[in-house]
Amino acid sequence: MVLFAGSLHLGLIYGLMALGIYVTFRILNTPDLTTDGSFTLGLAASASLTVLGMPGLGIVCGILFGALAGGVTGFLQTKMDIHPILSGILTMSALYTVNLYVLGDRSNLSLLGSPHLFSAAVASLPGVPRDVTRFFVALLLCLVCFAFLAWFFGTHLGLCIRATGDNDDMVRASSIDVDAMRIIATALSNACVGFSGAVAAQYQGYADISSGVGMMVVGLASVIIGEVFFGRRSVTIGFVSAICGSVVYRLIIALALKSNFFPAYALKLVSALIVITALSLPALKGRLRLASARREARRHARG
Amino acid sequence: MLVVERARKTFFKDTPNERVALDGLSLRLEEGEFLTLIGSNGAGKSTLFNAITGGFLLDEGSITLGGLDITWLLPHKRALMIGYLFQNPMKGTAPDMSIEENLALAYSRRKSWPLRRGVSKEDGSFFRDRLARFEMGLEDRMKDKVGLLSGGQRQALSLLMSTIARPRLLLLDEHTAALDPAAAKKIMRITNDIVREQRLAAMMITHNAQQALDFGTRTVMLEGGRIILDISGEERERMTVARLVEHYSELRVL
Ligand SMILES: Nc1ncnc2c1ncn2[C@@H]1O[C@H](COP(=O)(O)OP(=O)(O)OP(=O)(O)O)[C@@H](O)[C@H]1O
Ligand SMILES: [Mg+2]
Repeated sequence: MVLFAGSLHLGLIYGLMALGIYVTFRILNTPDLTTDGSFTLGLAASASLTVLGMPGLGIVCGILFGALAGGVTGFLQTKMDIHPILSGILTMSALYTVNLYVLGDRSNLSLLGSPHLFSAAVASLPGVPRDVTRFFVALLLCLVCFAFLAWFFGTHLGLCIRATGDNDDMVRASSIDVDAMRIIATALSNACVGFSGAVAAQYQGYADISSGVGMMVVGLASVIIGEVFFGRRSVTIGFVSAICGSVVYRLIIALALKSNFFPAYALKLVSALIVITALSLPALKGRLRLASARREARRHARG
Repeated sequence: MLVVERARKTFFKDTPNERVALDGLSLRLEEGEFLTLIGSNGAGKSTLFNAITGGFLLDEGSITLGGLDITWLLPHKRALMIGYLFQNPMKGTAPDMSIEENLALAYSRRKSWPLRRGVSKEDGSFFRDRLARFEMGLEDRMKDKVGLLSGGQRQALSLLMSTIARPRLLLLDEHTAALDPAAAKKIMRITNDIVREQRLAAMMITHNAQQALDFGTRTVMLEGGRIILDISGEERERMTVARLVEHYSELRVL
């Protein structure tokens, strides 16, 4: 039960990040590596401000700083014409320094004793079990983010961003400013990731400079697992699917760890394998089909 | 309307691959004029369109549209005034978005606030009306993804998209070349109707000499980035496909 509750909490909190990944990976069609850095940035900002007694501002700054980091990557991709993957890596790398600075030149920070979002909610609802309260806080944050994104991608600006990811040629021939769309979308994505980091810091009660490592792959895995259940349909369903994927991912990991299926340090490897498998599936299927068609043709030729 | 003045563009300048794509080309197009553009492969037809839409900047010369000098204007700013249709039906539409969303994107050029609803109710019914005129049944599939449509249907949609915001100039680059004869005929009929109705200035690239003479009010032939034939009115009436084709073959000999 505790295992289940924990996975649910983490699934929702990291679901915020999965939403961000969905925006770049599926809507913009450009994988963005800023994630690893912007997650930690959100985490660091939130932790530092919580220790100073401003957990709410911590969350807001996590979102804003994340957006800023994404904006920088978007700027490098478009205005400076640097390869999208490299742009993300550059920002991520630069963020390592920024994150250390934000954490106050420390590599980790404990929030022990500082009141924050989750502890405040638990304290204000004394009769309710702690895990239930924490679940509702996470769910609420997730719903707010989901509602915002669902609304945003139905607006004119949202349509323009979707079109940019869908058919760059068409958008270039239209009056839409492609560069601006890419920058806005990358900023929005990393705002979600920063949000996720900011909430995660307060949930866990500590911040560690290396928390972001491999986060992008975790987000991709969540998006892909979600698509196993929901398929690839509209953008709104895509967002629901990303959150659900994140929860399922956490459950799988928790179960595997509990049953000693693999040790905790194998986590990143397993995440990478999930993504590799899902991404190579179409190619494998194609090759299998080709092979069977060949076999068929040969049989006919002989017969 | 459109004035192209001594436009020059050389690709790979000062290298062994140097290629003069536009060689001091000048062209004037009036409102309501429908020009068909012909010429052999590599004559510079698409390059001329690219220069007008801002795909690249000219080495020399200028381009004016509706009195506004657009020689240095960014492509997406020019797009407000220019509708552009590609040969490939896949290029003009976003496959993962619905018919309605595609049209909304094209239409909303005129309005401002970016966070308004993407597809408003009024717009939806306006699009439906316009699509119904094509008699392709597209008006009943407004929420379908465009990726599900046939090439002809997609091209009809692209055509509506590129004219729905009432541009001043319509550029068509072999926009029926990838379609089957029946679909091509239908698209040409729709093109003709739209150009007449909206009194657009239009240019259509085609490799079909018959089509070049059947449609529009003026025919221009390009070769080596220069205009080598420009006919309209009576002279054009008297022109036959056979003699136009002769022009092509003469060039080959030269
Ligand atoms: N972006 C570019 N970079 C380099 N060379 C180019 C570019 N665009 C066009 N060219 C060259 O300019 C010349 C004119 O090409 P263009 O595409 O305008 O021909 P076209 O008349 O449209 O021919 P087609 O009938 O085959 O479409 C060609 O030699 C082409 O190789
Ligand atoms: Mg061409």
